[in-house]
Amino acid sequence: MPDLLIELFSEEIPARMQAKAAEDLKKLVTDGLVEAGLTYAGAAAFSTPRRLALTLEGLTSKSPTLREERRGPKVGAPEKALEGFMRGAGVTRDQLEEREEKKGAFYYATVVTPGRPAAEIIAEVLDKTVRNFPWPKSMRWGAGSLRWVRPLHSIICLLTDEYGATVVDLDIDGIKAGQSTEGHRFMGDGRFEVTSFEDYEARLKAAKVVLNASERAETIWHDATNMAFAQGLEVVEDAGLLREVAGLVEWPVTLMGDIGEDFLGLPPEVLQTSMKEHQKFFSVKNPKTGRIEKFITVANRETADHGATILAGNQKVLAARLSDAKFFWENDLRVAKDEGLTAWTERLGNVTFHNKLGSQQARIQRIADLAREIAPVVGAEPDQAYLAALVAKADLSSEMVYEFPELQGLMGRYYAEAAGLPADVAAACQEHYSPLGPSDDVPTAPVSVAVALADKIDTLTGFWAIDEKPTGSKDPYALRRAALGVIRLVLANDLRMHLDRFVDAQLVRHEKHVKADQDGVGVLDDLLDEIAEHGVFGGAVRTLLDKLTEEKPQEVLRTVGDLVPDLSTDLLAFFHDRLKVHLRDAGIRHDVIDACLTMDGADDFRLLVSRAEALSAFMKTDDGVNLLQGFKRANNILTQAEEKDGVEYSYGADVKFAEEDAEKALFAALDAAEAQITPAMKAEDYAAAMEAMAALRAPIDAFFEAVQVNSDNQVVRRNRLNLLSRIRHICLQTADLTRVEG
Amino acid sequence: MAEALAKPRSFQEIILRLQTYWATKGCAILQPYDMEVGAGTFHPATTLRALGTKAWAAAYVQPSRRPTDGRYGENPNRLQHYYQYQVLIKPSPPNLQELYLGSLAAIGIDMELHDVRFVEDDWESPTLGAWGLGWEVWCDGMEVSQFTYFQQVGGHDCHPVSGELTYGLERLAMYVLGVDHVMDMPFNDPDAPIALKYGDVFKQTEQEYSRWNFDVANTEVLLRHFEEAEAECAAILSQEHIDPKTGNRIIMAHPAYDQCIKASHMFNLLDARGVISVTERQAYIGRVRALAKMCADAFVQTEAGGFAA
Repeated sequence: MPDLLIELFSEEIPARMQAKAAEDLKKLVTDGLVEAGLTYAGAAAFSTPRRLALTLEGLTSKSPTLREERRGPKVGAPEKALEGFMRGAGVTRDQLEEREEKKGAFYYATVVTPGRPAAEIIAEVLDKTVRNFPWPKSMRWGAGSLRWVRPLHSIICLLTDEYGATVVDLDIDGIKAGQSTEGHRFMGDGRFEVTSFEDYEARLKAAKVVLNASERAETIWHDATNMAFAQGLEVVEDAGLLREVAGLVEWPVTLMGDIGEDFLGLPPEVLQTSMKEHQKFFSVKNPKTGRIEKFITVANRETADHGATILAGNQKVLAARLSDAKFFWENDLRVAKDEGLTAWTERLGNVTFHNKLGSQQARIQRIADLAREIAPVVGAEPDQAYLAALVAKADLSSEMVYEFPELQGLMGRYYAEAAGLPADVAAACQEHYSPLGPSDDVPTAPVSVAVALADKIDTLTGFWAIDEKPTGSKDPYALRRAALGVIRLVLANDLRMHLDRFVDAQLVRHEKHVKADQDGVGVLDDLLDEIAEHGVFGGAVRTLLDKLTEEKPQEVLRTVGDLVPDLSTDLLAFFHDRLKVHLRDAGIRHDVIDACLTMDGADDFRLLVSRAEALSAFMKTDDGVNLLQGFKRANNILTQAEEKDGVEYSYGADVKFAEEDAEKALFAALDAAEAQITPAMKAEDYAAAMEAMAALRAPIDAFFEAVQVNSDNQVVRRNRLNLLSRIRHICLQTADLTRVEG
Repeated sequence: MAEALAKPRSFQEIILRLQTYWATKGCAILQPYDMEVGAGTFHPATTLRALGTKAWAAAYVQPSRRPTDGRYGENPNRLQHYYQYQVLIKPSPPNLQELYLGSLAAIGIDMELHDVRFVEDDWESPTLGAWGLGWEVWCDGMEVSQFTYFQQVGGHDCHPVSGELTYGLERLAMYVLGVDHVMDMPFNDPDAPIALKYGDVFKQTEQEYSRWNFDVANTEVLLRHFEEAEAECAAILSQEHIDPKTGNRIIMAHPAYDQCIKASHMFNLLDARGVISVTERQAYIGRVRALAKMCADAFVQTEAGGFAA
């Protein structure tokens, strides 16, 4: 059983692409070989800046011979058909066999595909792999037409067995496979030949190339932490950076250097970001003070001066970079202290957020207006929330955030503190962007929560108002993330709020912007006041319409009055979709969620989720499952009868017409359950309501066991149908059980 | 690997060594283009010659202007007028990386002591409708060059592909010479009878141009120049291919391209004056790109662009 070694040696492969490329190489080659009938015992892929490598162990030396039986035309079919069949199967007349079947005699041919040597298959598979490699971006070079991530220079394709090594005969656009490669660009000593994977890995190491990326990463981390530890410091962990740096070197040499005294006063995040983004340095901090005092850089070579020149050069570059950062920081601090953060917000009037939604400043104003309205619901001081929203995005004007966009929010916090703003306002600058990802922390400070909600609701309603909703996989404004953010803010903070009201108000604000040029648009301000005071959009529109006498404002109001509820409903459905995904991840079935979504108060997510959780728990009990059966049976019989009779049975079930004991018992049980369910529902205690509902299971089962609903006696029948209606009524209070499966 | 030469002593010595090095490697040493450009890439020896099928090898210094980078000569690293060294070889030779590293050795960078790395950096010029893949080259963590395999220029696929090297001369020289502020860098030999520093040559001009670029340049005039250049470019290219006077086929790709360069520089100046909003910016870039594309279309119709009658 031979082993296979493949190496694709090229100019420097971008670090971020290496790991996936190694995996792709493994998958494409192994899939191709297996598809062609070869098997192998084990495979491993590797990457360095200049090479992808793959080793396969225990490969079969040839593919098996395949025999396939094909059924041809009927004996006696036209000659043409028979010829076609023979041509397709590659057989001659004398190789055909006749077989009797039920429908007559048929020709049969046995097609034999002989096995092929592994080398032949490998050559084909590797050629196809190289030509169709899924690089995120690929290029041509020189006068050729082959595409690779960067120019491809040489290929090793070597089969090794107990008799020795054989190069697979392969030529891809003039690059002939061989068995030689190069070591380190600077420390290696020209090309050398290899005879097997073990030999390859060992000779590479001798030529100062560590083939395995995780080994390089481990070396870097080990050396870095040791160096830091020796001085009582620690390296700030950064797995992404470690992976990237391991992809930039073939022979990692870790060096630790000083950050100039002048720069130690910069915020640690600024130091860290600047060093990481520009220089790919690790930060080294003093665990006692939390300050970042040194950096770790990883060179790609050893030198006679033990890295002194390299370190000095890196230090110098860092100093230039940090001088810029320091300049930004000091300038920004001066503006924050002298002019205040609102000066920055005003400057954002010149920055377009979206051409249909106006400037960043206009957006901030809208968010602030909404944050003030949301504040009481989340327990924040309205003026504080308003102020926080006004300055929360001010740092977008700062030089530091211009240079390092990823520091947005955090810089805002520093600058707000410098400007002497209250601590919770400063915190909101940083926290209002959260939660970003599904695992990001959710803010809990009331002012932060108010601004975070207002920010996200403004974004969502804005893009709804201009009809740029996410479609399919396209969500350029990250609206799904914003919606999930709102949901997580509400749930994590146990907020009881009717979202509709805020969505409506914000949609009106967007309409105000969109219709800014129209006569009578001022009426929308009155509308916003009315909503703020009395809460309900439809009511507010009607109230105002009654008061208005002029035509233009009436017209504006009517248009907006028609538009907003549609958008709002659509947006709520979008929220519900996100909520479903969120709850499904929490183990709640989609039908259970659907059963709750149609109930009143579906824009109150906390309530909605309590209901769904209770129902989900209930549906996991025997009582729940059986009750659901009973409910469905009752509901079906009732619905059929109502359709047949053309009436609705909803009232008047009376125990005096009950004939059977089971029937009487059900009356009693319904009375008892209702007495518990009604107050429980009022108290929004869904678990209690469902527990009470569970008590109905046995009486309902017994009822159906003993009683025939469709009695000949019409009075008895009607009474029983009305009784079923009580079951339906009581059960549907908790959730729309008709939507629950099972 | 080439042996590193002794350390150069001045800015001009570094330039001279690069000239000599690339001359020995077979490049035609061209002179700077006589127009204001934002980067060496704009020289027709790169932009236009990267198009078409004909082989090409050229190297040159290109004075470059980026009006928004003006800092009145105060910033140690930023200038509104600086020099790029540019090499373009088509088709890109297989040993271009080695040739490049040889040029670093030629200017005195000892590969045995320094850490040179090729770090992913894809190049794109929206104004030229051009892009390529390559790296920024790091020496001890500092970017010393841009290394690009051109894939597309003026909207045309490059076939064959050119390899382009761009050295930011001031930054590279400051590193090699160990100077912290660009204005302190020796321009000629420090032991020359009249030793000049970079600042002696350029400090004052940096101040003058910074003031003009940011505050004085007449934006109406700039805008008019932009529009005139745009119109002229189109007018030139709309001419018949056959010259009525000589009867020869003369497509005026280069004169038209001059107008494209001019429009691009006017846009840079307008940008520095702060009169171009974010949305307008894209529109201007698109207009320059349209010109570059027209010029590229025209150039590939010419003999130098590989056109065979």
